[in-house]
Amino acid sequence: MIPDDLLYTKTHEWVRMEDDEAVVGITHFAQSQLGDLTFVELPKVGDTVTAGEEMGSVESVKAASEIYSPVDGEVVAVNEELADTPEAINEDPYGEGWMVRVRVTGGQPSDGLLTPEEYAELLEE
Amino acid sequence: MPYIPHTPEQTQEMLKVVGVASLEALFQDIPASMRPRSFNLPDGMSEHAVCARLEELARANKTDVISFLGGGFYDHHIPAIVDALSSRGEFLTAYTPYQAEASQGSLQAIFEYQTAVCRLLDMDCANASVYDGGSALFEACMMAVRATKRSRLVVDECLSPIYRTMLATYTTNLQLELVTVPHGGGVSNVQALVDAMDDRTAAMVVQNPTFFGTIHDYTALFAQAKAKGVVSVLAAYPVLQSILKTPGQMGADVAVAEGQSLGLPLSFGGPYLGIMTCSRDLVRQMPGRIVGRTVDHQGRTGYVLTLQAREQHIRRAKATSNICSNQALCAFRAYVTLCVLGPQGLARMAEDAVDKAHYAATRLAALPGVRLLADAPFGNEFAVVLPKNAHEVVDKCASRGLVPGFPLGGYYAGMEHVLLVACTEKTSREQIGHLAEMVGGML
Repeated sequence: MIPDDLLYTKTHEWVRMEDDEAVVGITHFAQSQLGDLTFVELPKVGDTVTAGEEMGSVESVKAASEIYSPVDGEVVAVNEELADTPEAINEDPYGEGWMVRVRVTGGQPSDGLLTPEEYAELLEE
Repeated sequence: MPYIPHTPEQTQEMLKVVGVASLEALFQDIPASMRPRSFNLPDGMSEHAVCARLEELARANKTDVISFLGGGFYDHHIPAIVDALSSRGEFLTAYTPYQAEASQGSLQAIFEYQTAVCRLLDMDCANASVYDGGSALFEACMMAVRATKRSRLVVDECLSPIYRTMLATYTTNLQLELVTVPHGGGVSNVQALVDAMDDRTAAMVVQNPTFFGTIHDYTALFAQAKAKGVVSVLAAYPVLQSILKTPGQMGADVAVAEGQSLGLPLSFGGPYLGIMTCSRDLVRQMPGRIVGRTVDHQGRTGYVLTLQAREQHIRRAKATSNICSNQALCAFRAYVTLCVLGPQGLARMAEDAVDKAHYAATRLAALPGVRLLADAPFGNEFAVVLPKNAHEVVDKCASRGLVPGFPLGGYYAGMEHVLLVACTEKTSREQIGHLAEMVGGML
């Protein structure tokens, strides 16, 4: 459950680069650890996010945890559907469960991000 | 043997880690007058000696005075059934029961309390209560700070000075700016409140009725707040909410109240009750416990603590608050009071109190040199300007068994002559006559 066309973070977010925009969500592993999600708090369109810093949070029946931005940039879209259907993150973390779309500024987004192979190794540890 | 678990070495090591030279330096924020003079406690006493001592202390209370004191705490009737039900062993706990499998009755009572206060204030959601009206107000401000990610609180000077002192204390070490908008002669200066809101403002905080007893409709103010992205916080008086425009109708985002007037006796230091309610979109910012109704695997109704991921035992430093309990027993008494009175009974209680206060205002304003502070609608409390220092009048009357009200000089600059007078449904026509005669005789 680690698609090979994505990049990852050590904090279990995934990134799909589409030109200069990054689509971000949390991984299959993250959702399976959290359990049934009940609430998602996302940044607003227009907010500035910074790689490695908190940009929102997810809440499940047993825990709440922060979502960290994998990239520097400006939020250009958020998945409004998640407000009513947070379970989309459990059911389809890499598709319907996407969270934000960020227009990337600054350096190469791949800096500091993990390849699918590296992320797989992280999970094995 | 000292009952202190730390060795002197461990104490030194801990002081070193936090970067403080001595225990004395660690406790320097505690005023010397509030430190214990000694830990050498006297020897134990027999049961009857303890009882005799407590009775002696109790005799120092004056329970037969006629009182027109209010200021946020009111002597309303407490139906006998409130004591009867709340002294049942099953409900005698100050603590929130979190073991759903062992506490269905208590959880159901708290759920029903939440439902009742939501209906009273016309709001979407309530928590299981916090310590008192002041702590509820502070927590409401913190909800606004978290929701807006802003750091400025605009507070009406008509808000209880007790609440404002608490806010100032609680926010001392937080990076928050507290802005107080001066009152306009016992009423809110709504235009000044509107002008005080900027794009850094998290909350607009007002009280209805105001501390001066005056009644406002803050609908337009709250609409302006919404337009500026500001969370509107209203401190309400539960009994009068039965006849006033509600916080929900005015568009308040968070409504809080001191719940003492619902079934809790007046008592120095409480325990009192902090009622907290909010609109649905702020429920995840709500501090403390929330009881929810659900169904078990067989479809039977059950009650549980819900939305716990906001709380510190799960979310640690990111929790909404360090409150992890509620005023279970006080909330239960408030709930029983609301049930026994019902909406009509509560409204009658409120109307009775308001009628008495208006009669008292007429009698006092008829005295030479006495006038009402504000020319504005009021409920069961009003401020009068006396031709003399109000504190002196209160002292003299009190020595003769009648407390005519609350002198405002200690709380508002230039109000040394102002007296805040409250009535409830328990106030009698005769008592109001005594009030007018005694105050009149001293002018």
